Amino acid sequence: MIGFIARRLVNYLFLSAIATMLGYVLVSMTLQPAARFLGKNPPVPQSSIDLALDKMGVNPNVPLLERLWDWVVQLVTTGSLGVSTRGTQVTADIIERSGTSLRLLIIGTILGAVIGVALGVWGAVRQYRASDQIITYSSFTILATPVFVIGVVLMILATSLNQAVGTNVINFTGEYTAGLQGGFWTQFGDRIMHLLLPTITLTVGAVASYSRYQRSAMLDVMSADYIRTARSKGRTRGSAIIRHGVRVALIPMSTFFAYSFGLILTGASVTENVFSWHGMGEYLLTSVSNADINAATGTILFTSILVLIAGTLSDVIYAALDPRVRV
Amino acid sequence: MTDPSTAQPILQVQDLSVTFPNAGTPVHAVRGVSYEVRRGEFLGIVGESGSGKSVSSMAVMGLLPTNAQVTGSIRYDGTELLGQSDRELSRIRGRDIAMIFQDPLSALTPVYTIGQQIAEGLRLHDSALSQRAAEARAVELLKIVGIPNAERRAKSFPHEFSGGMRQRAMIAIAIANDPQLIIADEPTTALDVTIQAQILEVLQEAKDITGAAVVLITHDLGVVAGNADRVAVMYAGRIVETAPVVPLFREPLMPYTIGLLRSMPNMAANQQERLVPLEGRPPLLTQVPTGCPFAPRCPIAVAACLDGEPALRPILDGHIDDVSATLQHTAACIRAEEIADGSLRRPEIFPRPDEVPEELVAEVAPETVLDVRDLKRAFPLTKGVVFRRTIGTVRAVDGVSFSVQRGRTLGLVGESGCGKTTTIMEILELAKTQSGSIHVNGVDTATLSKPDRRTLRSDIQVVFQDPMASLDPRMTIEDIIGEPLTVHHVAPAEIRERVAAMLELVGLEPSFAGRYPHEFSGGQRQRIGIARALVVEPKILVLDEPVSALDVSVQAGVINLLEDLKQRLGLSYLFVAHDLAVVRHIADDVAVMYLGRIVEYGPSEEIFANPRHPYTQALLSAVPVPDPEIERSRRRILLDGDLPSPSDERVGCSFRSRCPLFQLLPPEKQAVCEQDDPRERPLDGRLVACHHAESDRLIPA
Amino acid sequence: MALTDPTTLTVGEPETMREAPKRPQSRGRTILRKVLATKRARIGGGVLLFIILWAFVGPLLYPWSFTDQDGLAFSQPPSPSHWFGTNNIGQDVYVQTLVGLQKSLVIGLIVGPAAAIIAGLVGAIAGYVGGVWDKVIVWVIDLLLVIPGFFLLVLLSPVFKSLSWLALVVFLAIFGWMVLARVIRGQTMSLREREYVKAARFMGVPGFTIVRRHIIPNVASLLIIDATLGIGAAILSETTLSFFGFGVQAPDVSLGTLLAAGASAAVTRPWLFVFPAGILVITVLASSLLGDSLRDAIDPTSGANRD
Repeated sequence: MIGFIARRLVNYLFLSAIATMLGYVLVSMTLQPAARFLGKNPPVPQSSIDLALDKMGVNPNVPLLERLWDWVVQLVTTGSLGVSTRGTQVTADIIERSGTSLRLLIIGTILGAVIGVALGVWGAVRQYRASDQIITYSSFTILATPVFVIGVVLMILATSLNQAVGTNVINFTGEYTAGLQGGFWTQFGDRIMHLLLPTITLTVGAVASYSRYQRSAMLDVMSADYIRTARSKGRTRGSAIIRHGVRVALIPMSTFFAYSFGLILTGASVTENVFSWHGMGEYLLTSVSNADINAATGTILFTSILVLIAGTLSDVIYAALDPRVRV
Repeated sequence: MTDPSTAQPILQVQDLSVTFPNAGTPVHAVRGVSYEVRRGEFLGIVGESGSGKSVSSMAVMGLLPTNAQVTGSIRYDGTELLGQSDRELSRIRGRDIAMIFQDPLSALTPVYTIGQQIAEGLRLHDSALSQRAAEARAVELLKIVGIPNAERRAKSFPHEFSGGMRQRAMIAIAIANDPQLIIADEPTTALDVTIQAQILEVLQEAKDITGAAVVLITHDLGVVAGNADRVAVMYAGRIVETAPVVPLFREPLMPYTIGLLRSMPNMAANQQERLVPLEGRPPLLTQVPTGCPFAPRCPIAVAACLDGEPALRPILDGHIDDVSATLQHTAACIRAEEIADGSLRRPEIFPRPDEVPEELVAEVAPETVLDVRDLKRAFPLTKGVVFRRTIGTVRAVDGVSFSVQRGRTLGLVGESGCGKTTTIMEILELAKTQSGSIHVNGVDTATLSKPDRRTLRSDIQVVFQDPMASLDPRMTIEDIIGEPLTVHHVAPAEIRERVAAMLELVGLEPSFAGRYPHEFSGGQRQRIGIARALVVEPKILVLDEPVSALDVSVQAGVINLLEDLKQRLGLSYLFVAHDLAVVRHIADDVAVMYLGRIVEYGPSEEIFANPRHPYTQALLSAVPVPDPEIERSRRRILLDGDLPSPSDERVGCSFRSRCPLFQLLPPEKQAVCEQDDPRERPLDGRLVACHHAESDRLIPA
Repeated sequence: MALTDPTTLTVGEPETMREAPKRPQSRGRTILRKVLATKRARIGGGVLLFIILWAFVGPLLYPWSFTDQDGLAFSQPPSPSHWFGTNNIGQDVYVQTLVGLQKSLVIGLIVGPAAAIIAGLVGAIAGYVGGVWDKVIVWVIDLLLVIPGFFLLVLLSPVFKSLSWLALVVFLAIFGWMVLARVIRGQTMSLREREYVKAARFMGVPGFTIVRRHIIPNVASLLIIDATLGIGAAILSETTLSFFGFGVQAPDVSLGTLLAAGASAAVTRPWLFVFPAGILVITVLASSLLGDSLRDAIDPTSGANRD
């Protein structure tokens, strides 16, 4: 089992490394960092432009592969991802912002998986009854709604609530109220309040997709022979499904977790932007707007590391759930 | 032990009906079934697929899908089960009534250990039992059902068990709470014949230990013949005949039973006799029959048979005067008395078909059409997801030699995993082999160019096992049968003509050409598969288990067709099968495979009459015979354990781990088995790969 | 017919009698009937058809055009003259929504099937040819899945921003086929082991003919399902990209650009946001309902075909 996971991890590391380097090449070809120096009045002298670009290591006059090589060497030797167009260290930016993103991502993933799996099981057990129909159609509707629409609709609803009550019950802009006075608990409560709507936004989508998948995985196992065996031993239908069915139906979920992680990552970055959080999602969008090659590549690296972790985690869960892959 | 004939009934089923409301067309799976099982009795329920035999026992367990409509009465020990809630029934299931299912792999939860799954059943009905005590008891139960190293094996997962061991574990689960009734639903159908013999033995043991009554549901009359006290035959959702086992096989009263018995290839019967086909197929369960459901297939049906379904009633057959309830012979046939008193003679109801007329038999010159020499095929056994690495080789075929003469049939028999399928796939590829040679019509396949290979393909064709999977569901029959001709660029008009001729040859209406495979029954589909193989006029037909997916009553028709075609067209068959009775019937020569090797090879008559290799002897003795008297008097040579993995290094004789002869040999002779790999050597007019085949009389038979 | 085995005759007869009036039913027709029998498919298909018609015919039957500005109605809520209200420069939201819907629909209707076709080709090649090709393709798919498609599209946006919205269509299709290709690959691999494919091989039928005759028709149903589901998925990707300014660029409008424009005022003037958002959700929902019911009808392993 250790061997299995170690081999998978090596594979992911390799994929992530290749993906990041290809990402660097891709970004270097699409983003034009020199463009923002052009058309300035007074015109910026070419030497200054070159100086600024060289400092970031993104001067298009240097061959692309050489820039990539320099970037990799710099990363490996100093751990630096280079300088952003705003003059900050990309590594420092990412460290500062990753906490914000991870908080949303981790809470959203866990809540989404737990609630989604529970609803999926419930829906499958009560197939075609009213509760199943409600879950099914709500999931379809949520999955048909872009994340930003969910976010904006929640903001509209929260605003109406605030207006109805007369005070700001739910704050939703940013991570915390700037300049708020108070002790730890006030600050903590404020952050929780700000976390509420983004978390809901991200979680409902995750819940919907997990519940759809879990439901169909459950339906696959519910007609399985071993459920019948468990019942022939003296379990009731419900207890056989819970004790034997859910346990087996969770196995494909571990693979689905890896697949759906990309979607959650996308959803998280959209959510951050909708609620004006200064996380990695915002970093990605601004890096593209600023033609910031180093920041964009840093985001790619960050993302591929997350995907790597999620992939490995999904393999660990898979091996833990399914004795057949333990070697 | 109580005498089953006087004991109280433990299970009484009265007028049981099960209907599935299937999207507007309800399926009447069981229609008015009544039977009872007495304490300690062994009841066999026999029927073909769709006869309702499994559904009726699922109803007893309360395990039918929730949408099934069940009416009638099911009384266990006097208590009505029908109408009880799932919770109430769950207290009876596993404690009083236990069940064993067909496919032991899918019937065990893959993520729990065998020990946990047995302990679960114990603790469900005895909440005072500690986990540790339950696990200890589980190990004990595994020992009872004959699993070696029970302590260690209890910690294994189902995928680490072989099929036979899984079924033993299932039996351990079933007997865990000393039930009063064990229902076994096709418990050996998924298993090889030598494993089947082991499992039936364990089932008998389990019955003796627990004193439980057993209901054995099967399609195989041979299995009930040896084990059951009483037999019920089901057809189209009803019981059509019940009797104690001997009268049922000796003097069946229902034409369906008579036909079924006569259609079975029988190891104990004359090999030369042709099989008696049972025409037609069971009615669709979506329609409630207005007359006798068997009437359309019944040769002695009269007009009165169509007036209402005949009831199951006791028939006095003149032999037993004093008929107590359990010894009663009942049949659902209005002409049963005529059969009983002999005015309708059984062999005349289903007469044996004639041989092919002499003038139609093709002239055959002796000629070797297929010659396989020392064929080997190994697969690398790999491990790992990213970096695949070879950790060993599976020697699926390990030096096989045989030849097929023109106009003759070679039966290639063996249990699953013996390499017979790999062998024929190697032949059919017509490619260069890993090792050894294949000659088709004298041409070495290793030397073929691409166009030559395509030409040679029309000389050797194949018929597969599963008649549904081997026909593309999206193509019409004409396109399917004509497909081989498109390779040779035959004109469409000629294709149509030849397809029509082929349909007629295999006994199908040429007007069926425009239909799709799903409109045909299993037997008809297999005929279509045969027609497709024959349309290019091959010399050799490779038949890969051609009848094993078919119901018994349909098998006979297909086997007869194959025999006719062989004689009329002068074909040669390479007939691969695990069913020895079928092989014995159709083959001229037989090659018995074990672990990638041929262990015995020679004329069919010789080998079946006088097997010399211990494996062949065990294999033959394991085949159940549909005759209770023969079945009960003969002794089985039971093999220990399972097929070893073909990846193990071969030192000495690979059969010795299970060989009944090996155990009886003196140490110096055993040493030979352990050191020398036996090669085939001639003995008694056949080839045998055993050092001590002359000593085979040591085996008590 | 000396050889005739009776199995056939007696079996054939009653069947012929029962089914004589009917033409032999092909699988396609059976599926179509099965699909139409489900409520979800009828609703999904019907709504999708209606929305497509509405998007293209609706503006023609409406007095205001896409470019008109009503000088008398700035930021007006819905009224009989402006069904969905107006924006701050007096443009009619109803007609804007429909024009945006047109673009989004066209993008979805091209990208969904295009991605399915790529997936079908790549998956079938990997599955049938196997060997090195299979390894390379699977590796490339895994690589493309490392970075979420949305991020890649954002990073590539400078490229297609400078071109037309058709470039966006191309990129959406390029990054939308990977998961399906894996499914098709698996399906092809199992089809390759079917006995009728083996039988065809042993007849000497060339590989290409086998793919065309036996593999493609069997995978086609999966492709149809995912082409349908892909319509909705593509519309979702497009609107999200456009919402952040990385998708459809002015002067083109899509539902995404409309929503981007309306979002900031969503709290005070909800009609600017709610109407386009609602129509977007209904469109995507319709395509996924249709796709899902197709799956139930075609795919024997899907949940609906089990007890």
